[in-house]
Amino acid sequence: MSQTEHKSDTTRDAVRALMAPPIDRDGAWRELFMVPLAAVMLALLFGALIMMATSVSPATILQSFIAMARGSVGSLHAISETLTATIPLVLAGLGIGLAFRAGLFNIGAEGQMVVGGLAAAVASFSLTGLPSIIHLPLVLMVGLAVGALYAAIAGFLRATTGAHEVISTIMLNLISFRLLDYFLRQPFIQKEGRSDPISKAVLESAELPRLLSFFDGNLRLHAGLFIMLAAVLLVYWLLYRSKLGFAFRISGENPQAARYAGIRSGLTIILAMAIAGALAGLAGATQITGVLGRASPGFSAGIGFDAIAVALLGRSHPVGILLAGLLFGALEAGGRQMQVDAGVSIDLISIIQALIIIFVAAPLLVKRILPPLFRTKSVNEDAS
Amino acid sequence: MKIELQGISKRFGLVLANQEIDLAIQPGEVLGLLGENGAGKSTLMNILSGLYQPDTGEILIDGKPVQFAGPGDSIASGIGMVHQHFMLVPVFSVVENVILGVEPTGKGDFLDLDTAREQVQQINARYGMDVPSDTLIEDLPVGIQQRVEILKVLFRSADVLILDEPTAVLTPQEVESFFAIVRALRDAGKAIVFITHKLHEIMEIADRVSVLRQGRIVGHGTPSEFSEGDLAEMMVGRPVSFSVGRTAATPGQTVLELDGVTMIEGGQDVRLSDISLNVRAGEIVGIAGVQGNGQTELVEAITGLTGLNGGSVRFLNNEITSSSVRARHAMGIAHIPEDRQRSGMVASFSVAENMVLNSYYDDPVARGVQIDWQQVHDQAAEACLKYDVRTPSVFLGAGSLSGGNQQKMVVARELERDVRLVVASQPTRGVDVGSIEYIHSQLVACRDRGNAVLIVSSELDEILDLSDRIYVMYGGRVIAEFDNHRAEDGSGGADRNQIGLAMAGIGTDDSPSDATLMGASA
Repeated sequence: MSQTEHKSDTTRDAVRALMAPPIDRDGAWRELFMVPLAAVMLALLFGALIMMATSVSPATILQSFIAMARGSVGSLHAISETLTATIPLVLAGLGIGLAFRAGLFNIGAEGQMVVGGLAAAVASFSLTGLPSIIHLPLVLMVGLAVGALYAAIAGFLRATTGAHEVISTIMLNLISFRLLDYFLRQPFIQKEGRSDPISKAVLESAELPRLLSFFDGNLRLHAGLFIMLAAVLLVYWLLYRSKLGFAFRISGENPQAARYAGIRSGLTIILAMAIAGALAGLAGATQITGVLGRASPGFSAGIGFDAIAVALLGRSHPVGILLAGLLFGALEAGGRQMQVDAGVSIDLISIIQALIIIFVAAPLLVKRILPPLFRTKSVNEDAS
Repeated sequence: MKIELQGISKRFGLVLANQEIDLAIQPGEVLGLLGENGAGKSTLMNILSGLYQPDTGEILIDGKPVQFAGPGDSIASGIGMVHQHFMLVPVFSVVENVILGVEPTGKGDFLDLDTAREQVQQINARYGMDVPSDTLIEDLPVGIQQRVEILKVLFRSADVLILDEPTAVLTPQEVESFFAIVRALRDAGKAIVFITHKLHEIMEIADRVSVLRQGRIVGHGTPSEFSEGDLAEMMVGRPVSFSVGRTAATPGQTVLELDGVTMIEGGQDVRLSDISLNVRAGEIVGIAGVQGNGQTELVEAITGLTGLNGGSVRFLNNEITSSSVRARHAMGIAHIPEDRQRSGMVASFSVAENMVLNSYYDDPVARGVQIDWQQVHDQAAEACLKYDVRTPSVFLGAGSLSGGNQQKMVVARELERDVRLVVASQPTRGVDVGSIEYIHSQLVACRDRGNAVLIVSSELDEILDLSDRIYVMYGGRVIAEFDNHRAEDGSGGADRNQIGLAMAGIGTDDSPSDATLMGASA
């Protein structure tokens, strides 16, 4: 009776065996987390060495690291500052990481933040008489859409003419800075009675609510935190669950295979750039409506460039980018405290950030300096 | 100069690429090194050419142990390697390429091209190589380029020549003249290691043969002691059947029809010129030709990867000349790409992801804008079993599969759908013998289900074994068509020699259309 049954049983077993998860979890985990972790440790160490080289006393160095910890996680205020700095870094970093997964190096997050933030600012004070529940989402959508369109220019140029996106996004960054200067002097944007370039203030109906103001009015953490978390989930879903994300990843890993699989490369490039720009534009919009309250020259403050480092450190994975963004936010907030407490220049933070990137970009170097972290189990067993 | 390898072992991670290998290379002798891809041939030769250091064992030259710290040491000892992929500068002349890195200098440290040219011509004449010294590499046919590689090695005074799969890029006629050069080198007292997986070449050229399987030497002797079947069995580890078991074709309606297809690159470079051919249901049509004579472009024209400058493509009586890749795919055209690593798969993706590389967007794996990964994994696991893709898990990165399993994965993806036409380009390149048998049987089975199959291959044997009809391409044209119906006993069929001549473009001077050599079997 059961020959066919028996056969289908063995087939089912074989299928089940094939669907078992891969074995080498441990090795993959090491590769994914240990390199960034080791890079951060090494960067802090080298930061200390640099301070010593510039004749800062060991006591001051210790004091500055304590200040860094205190300023980033040492109090509710510190945590609020860290998270506030994290929000735009993660949003823009997600965009860069997503583009990177699609094989595009988007250097233009800064410019996309600028135009997105500026557009959001304009929408936030020129649309009057709207209830907050309509006005705020509308303003954020304007920032998102303008950022997307701005990045899509670079995508379009790449898709149609082959112009490399690294070059075109750098150029678009420069254009955005001057556009900002120009628009901030236009009468419908410039604040009344001011001669310097600065925009009118965001209307209250377009402000992102502060989350901890009931506790202490000085705590700046705002509802952009939830937007950021939603964006992490959304980008994860897009990359690993959706059809579009699969097409992005194929294009990024092997453009030739993507072409053979019938994926239209031009459309993929434009869409990936537009989504990256949307996230950066959203970062600009949350910065304007959640922190700054108005647009001014240089309001993007290099966040779009730091976000490149965040995306790299996070290995272009949404969760990695969230963790890397938290680290960079902490360095940002802690750096300010360090300057206050220990009198060490905040530029040191830039040096430490740069060192982290160098170490992340050179995993072999990290493995050479800190071999014990990367010794795999099998080798240990072999040695014993 | 005599070279001995004694007890050579080399391990990469958990893989033992070479275990306890003993090999002697004698002057005035051609040693055939036979083995499948991944058997350890390349590792062994890389040890000999100084790229890798063995974990254990030693290399003896004329009885004295030597150690190679790098390729420079090996070259200095008189060992020369001719790689499968040529390492030539296309815009340099032959002489310039030959002297690259060891340039003779004259007065004031200036390059002395005249002396170099003289030396090159001497070597040239001694071995009857007939290579023009001042032509640019890019203007030379592949067969001559290969001789330049040999010249390079001889110019560095090599006494031991390692030839890695040297015939892969040659026509049958070029192989003959290449063998003549190899014999001349042997008779001049050079030691030659001839690496190949083609049995008949071993039979023809080798004085001794060593068979490598899974990193070990599993057989050793003079070729005359063995039959091809013996060698194949040693190489694979089990008896191998050579005949594909193909019954006579019963062609039905025309599935694919090309009419006057022309492709011009950059407005001037003619890649395909007025190609007309057809493939019917229930037959396998082979495209023979030396690599680079328009086969790649032909496949691109059929699958929609590149647009045409003239002519039309019809599929099941529908004009598809301007249809997209995806549209053609959806109509039932399957494509096994010629270079699976570059265009057929994504090495860093899992086996399961690779199985849906070109079907992820539609039923049954797509759910609206999402992909149903559970379904993908289910399907992939079943397809792996059905198509004998050997992987521990469908989550494993496809890059860590062997070449044969990667190719079976691609074949599974393409044939598992409801297809009417299969375009298989170099379907068994770089694939082990077991997988070749399997892939061939799948293609024949596909034909027997009433589908049209078009096979493009630079291996003439593969074309002859599988095809019911054969077109030969040369210089972007179809210059000949052969009928390849074989009798029950395997006799008859197209004439190998005539096809070889057509592949070299001989006898077809001003014959732009097909069928000039028709009926070769008669």
